[in-house]
Order: sequence, then structure tokens, then C-alpha cells
Amino acid sequence: MTWFEILKEPNIQWILWACTLLGIGSGVIGSFAYLRKQSLMGDALAHVALPGVCIAFLLSGVKSIFLFMLGAMVMGIISTFIMSYITRKSRIKQDTAIAIILSVFFGLGIVLLTYIQHNANGNQSGLDKFLFGQAATMIRSDVIVMAIISAILIVICTLFFKEFKLASFDAGFAKGLGYPVALIEQLIMFLIVIAVVVGIQAVGVVLMSALLITPAVSARYWTEKLGLMVFLSGLFGGVSGVIGTIISASGNNLPSGPLVVLSATGIFVFSILFAPSRGVVSKFLLRQSVKRKVEKEKQMQLRERGSSI
Amino acid sequence: MSQSPLEINNISVAYQKKPVLRDITFSIPEGKLIGIVGPNGAGKSTLIKAILGLIPRLSGEVKIYGKPYKDQLKKIGYVPQRESVDWDFPTNALDVVTMGRYGHLGWFKRPGKKEKEIAMESLRKVGMQDYANRQISQLSGGQQQRIFLARALAQDATLYFMDEPFVGVDAATEKAIITLLDELKKQGKTVLVVHHDLATVKEYFDWVMLLNETLRAIGPAEEVFTADMLQETYGGRLAVLDKQKESSFVLA
Repeated sequence: MTWFEILKEPNIQWILWACTLLGIGSGVIGSFAYLRKQSLMGDALAHVALPGVCIAFLLSGVKSIFLFMLGAMVMGIISTFIMSYITRKSRIKQDTAIAIILSVFFGLGIVLLTYIQHNANGNQSGLDKFLFGQAATMIRSDVIVMAIISAILIVICTLFFKEFKLASFDAGFAKGLGYPVALIEQLIMFLIVIAVVVGIQAVGVVLMSALLITPAVSARYWTEKLGLMVFLSGLFGGVSGVIGTIISASGNNLPSGPLVVLSATGIFVFSILFAPSRGVVSKFLLRQSVKRKVEKEKQMQLRERGSSI
Repeated sequence: MSQSPLEINNISVAYQKKPVLRDITFSIPEGKLIGIVGPNGAGKSTLIKAILGLIPRLSGEVKIYGKPYKDQLKKIGYVPQRESVDWDFPTNALDVVTMGRYGHLGWFKRPGKKEKEIAMESLRKVGMQDYANRQISQLSGGQQQRIFLARALAQDATLYFMDEPFVGVDAATEKAIITLLDELKKQGKTVLVVHHDLATVKEYFDWVMLLNETLRAIGPAEEVFTADMLQETYGGRLAVLDKQKESSFVLA
């Protein structure tokens, strides 16, 4: 099959759309997470989603994507509140708070998952897919949910661009202007939560943070402007979604979620090497040319001194 | 008589259990440059942050021109400590200065041409107009400080709080800041500055506040900034060197 034929397959089209939209949405909100030094926040929130999903299943007894998302979202919101409570009220710093939340909630999730699997009514199979995700099972309704969520993410980040920017760069100054900084920070966290919740289905708990952070870090290499960075991050995320799905669909039965993450990593490696001014190659070339210039000037000086004697 | 720009009533602040400021009460006249002086850990920056509501107060009341702080946001300008932000943020100098206008813009509104012009004018006032498009991590420490000052100028306030603007800056920046302070004073604006260098206090400021957990003294520099008062504030850890006519002070 050629690429074009692959893309005409309806099933693959849904997966393609889902991965692309997911990449765009998480890339956009991921920029702010990265700049706010909350790179691990996405990772923590993804792990927190697991007990949320389990509790939703235990309470309802049915496997419903909507209920799972709701459970994950509620857990995510609770955990962000606990996290900011810990950092505000104790001497524990944010990185430690994230580690505490991640491990405690994930531990709880694994306990619940094991409990569910041992008290089977036959209905629970496939719940563990949430650990690693399975993009191949995504259908039309999933894509619609993802499209809506990605649109919400992009619209909110566009509307509150100025507020997000100031709160991320200089929270103290923002507070001084009377901005409700705590509220803005909670909103950003909430957006990360919903990006994570929709993403888990495709790439799983473990890899979700990569979709938030990798496009953002790559984008940072190409620009010094926040607006462009957010745009590029969304673009890189979307392109990763497309490439990952195409590779996955061209045979070999490789999973699309992890391939999307690997594609994002590929873009990152390319950025770190070849980005103008920040990239490794361009920095090396710059240093070489400066070195040559300094050497040359030194030679000139020596020659001048020599001729004046 | 005009309202005092700043009236503080019984402010107390504590970090965890340890009180950092106790029962600070004062009010200041309009149009003065006021230096806040005291040893390390005396609560100088804390006082500013408590007034601006950046950290919670145990007790106390702040009145800006006779009204609660929340009603007077647009009259207040703030220069935080330079180390308080990540200078590798993807933005340029002009953009940071434009942030000074954000308080005047409503929700969702983006800064437009008018805001950029005000920001450019502010950059000019601190001598940084040639660096408008420079990425902020590529500015020197002194230049970064001037960017923060320009941002406060763009706020177009009447009461300014500056947290250690003189720390770690070069001579050119120090001079630029002083010129700016005098300019602000000429326009009748009031400026409170957290200051470390005792040698320059009398030269730079009209009024001085001596602070060490409690308010030790506040008033015109010539009355308050005396060897005795300083010894008291610094707990006797000060060696006074009477080299020239003007006394200079050194921490022992």
C-alpha cells in the first residue's frame, strides 16, 4: 500500500485525526507547563489519572470512556490542589511535591487495578490498556471528544495569552497588578489535566508527559518569541501525530501511540542539532568563526608590532 | 492637604512561626524618595511584598491615597528583585516593558500600538531604546535591571516600590537609576526603595526608613540617618568610619 492508500482507510483516518489533534492540543498547553518549570507536572497528572479511571469503573461497573475521563479529571484536579497546598504550606518544593503525588496516586491506581482484575466480572478486561494506551482502538466518537478538547485548549490559551504569559514570566509582578495569579495557575493546571486525560487513551499513562514537553522543548530551540513558540509547539505536536500514525499504519503492527512519541523525539533531536543560534551545530560553527577571527586579529597585532620595531 | 500616598497600620508578617515584621505603622508624605534601610533579614523586601499583597499578612491595614490597596492598583508601580524571574524566558526587552501596561488593559485585550509606544518611551527614559528587540537573556545584569525599571515606568503610577534596584549593577546603570528617581520626584511621585549601600543613602534619598523586624525610625534623612540610630538598628554590628566630612558606614 502507498501512504496515500493508507490514509484513505477510514479507521486509520480516525486514528490520524485523533493523534494529530492530541499533538496540537498538548503541544500548545505543554509550552506553558515547560516554561513554568512544570515539565514533570504532566507526568504526575497522567499517573494520577489511573486511580481516577479505576474508581470510575468500580463505582459505575461499566467501561465508559466518558466516565473514565471524568474520573481521571476529578483525580487530576484533586491532586493539583494537594500539590499547590503542599508547596504553599510546607517547606517542600514543587519537584518533591510532584514526586510525592505521582508515586502515591500511581501506587493507589495499581492497587485498585489489581483488585479489579482479581474480582472479575469479565467486564474489566482492557482496563489496563490505560497504562500504555491503545490508539488503534479509537473510533469516531473519541476523535470528536479530542477535537473539542483540543479546540478548547487552543481557544483558552489564545484568549488568556497575555495573562498566561505574565503569570509564567513574573508571578510577583502579575500579583502586584492585581491579577488573580493563583486562579490563572489553577486554570493552566486544569488545562494540563484535560490534555493528559484525552491523551492517555492514545499514548498511555507512561508516555503522556512526552507529548506535553517534547514539542515545547523543540519549539523553544527555534524562536525567542513566546507566541511563535506556542504555535510551533502545537505544530510539532501535530506533525508528530501524523508521522507516528503513518509509520504505524504502514504495516509491522507497531503501536501508534509510542510511535507518535518517538516522532516527537525525532523532531526534538533535529531541533537540538540544527536550530539556528541555539542548536548545537550552529553554536559550534559560531565558536569556530569567532576563534578564527580572534586568531587573525592576534596575528595582525603581532605583525604590526614586528614591523614597528 | 493632600492624602498620604501610603499609610500602613500595624502590619505584622511571619514566615512559618518566626515573625519577620512586627506592628509596622507609618505614613509617608507625597513626592519623596524614601530609602528603606536595615540589616540582612530585617524584613525590607518582606515589607514591600506584604504591602503589595504578594505574601499574606498576619494583621494590619494598607491604605493607598486613603483607599484600600485593591482600589488603587493603577497608581502603584513595582520593581521586583531581578533574580525573581527566569531571564531565559522567550521574550524581548520591549515585550517585558509592555507588560507594565497590562494592568491598564482589560482581560483578553492584547497590547496594541499605543502600548508599544509607551513601552518604547519608557525604554528611552532608561537609555535602553537600542536594545528593544534584544532577547532578555542577552542583556547584562544592569540592563536587565533597567528593563524592570522601564516596565515600572510604563505602569505610569504615582507610588513606586523598588526592591533592591541597585544590587549588582554597573556604574552606568546606577547613574541611570538615580537620574530616573530624581525625574520621578520632580513629577511629584513617591518612591520607596529597598537599599543596601549605607554610603549612598544620604546622597540618594530625602527620607529614610530604618527597619529591623520593627520600625526603628522614619523621617527626613538628616534627622534619621545618624550614627546612633544606625547602631541601634544594626544591633551594634556597625563600624563607623569618619574619614571625611560625611560619615561612611561599614558593616563590621
